Amino acid sequence: MNERFGTVVLDTAFRFVIPFVMLYGVYVLINGESSPGGGFQAGALLAIAVVLSRLVQGEKAVFNISGNTALILAGIGTFLYGFVGVLTLCWGGNFLEYGISPWAMLAAEKHALGILGIEIGVTLCVMATIIAIFDALTRKEEV
Amino acid sequence: MKALRMGALFVLLLMAEVMFISAGALPQLYDPQSAAATHVADRYIADAVEETGSPNFVTAVLADYRGYDTLGETTVIFTAGLATVLLLRVSKGSASKREGDSAAEEEQV
Amino acid sequence: MKEFFAEYFVYWLIFILFMLGPYGIIFKKNLVKKLMAMNIMQVAVILFFLALGQKAGGTIPINVPGLVGAVNYINPLPHALMLTAIVVSLATLGVSLSLLLLIQKHYGVLEEDELLRRMNQ
Repeated sequence: MNERFGTVVLDTAFRFVIPFVMLYGVYVLINGESSPGGGFQAGALLAIAVVLSRLVQGEKAVFNISGNTALILAGIGTFLYGFVGVLTLCWGGNFLEYGISPWAMLAAEKHALGILGIEIGVTLCVMATIIAIFDALTRKEEV
Repeated sequence: MKALRMGALFVLLLMAEVMFISAGALPQLYDPQSAAATHVADRYIADAVEETGSPNFVTAVLADYRGYDTLGETTVIFTAGLATVLLLRVSKGSASKREGDSAAEEEQV
Repeated sequence: MKEFFAEYFVYWLIFILFMLGPYGIIFKKNLVKKLMAMNIMQVAVILFFLALGQKAGGTIPINVPGLVGAVNYINPLPHALMLTAIVVSLATLGVSLSLLLLIQKHYGVLEEDELLRRMNQ
């Protein structure tokens, strides 16, 4: 997994596929509240894009995230989720009560914004965790 | 050992039989009036669009009604990833120590 | 007979799938096979929840303008619960695989009998 695996055909084919997988992941994240999708699926799709490019192109892949960076990203995602909850707490509502935000918006828009915030956190956490597990399981022995 | 395996097989068959018999007491499939589909699920479907502004009921349940639950799940996933990385990390000191251990073990064998 | 298949046969299939799990965990010697059996059991539980969420004549749980009433949508609650269960199962699979890697590295074997023999040495 750390060395270049692909032949010319595989390399070229996946170079076309991977950006579309990433775009689809972002679409599933953004559009997750009005169509099938959401944070968990988007995280899995984005992680699969990175894992595919690691499988084909090895360590020097274009879309590569190293294990340590992935772990930091996972922490940031989990923190973002909790931060949204604490933010609504600071505005005087309950934990994760999105309707309390002080901006002039419809109640539904406030809820949509809050849901988007925590879904970005979930996406970061799931994506980075899958990449970190993949990186840890396939790491080369340094002996 | 043979008797133990036979006993395990017996317990397994007993468990399977209990499950197959109790299948008759489960709610009928595709029944809109079954107990699983009536109480809280009805309220989610009826009020989710008005209360959360999200047309996708699954997202509404996941992120709004049960957001605290999802926070716990996210923490579990993060902890599992952290545990994997910490279990498999290779630092210089531990690697040489582990090598020494296996060498000593091979001498014993 | 037709009613039986319509009502309970799906449950029976799910139970057969579930019972593969304890069977593999008890009778297989290889630890990786035990892990696979555990995952099959997990998939059976997920399928059971999803089967309970179905309704005859219901569409996917996304609001369609003009279509009102709980009878017209399938139950969103099992989907929301199982969505997280799938991802958590993936993460715990990673942890267990890393534990198996450590066992393999330390004892050099994953077969249960041989492993117990080497542990008692």
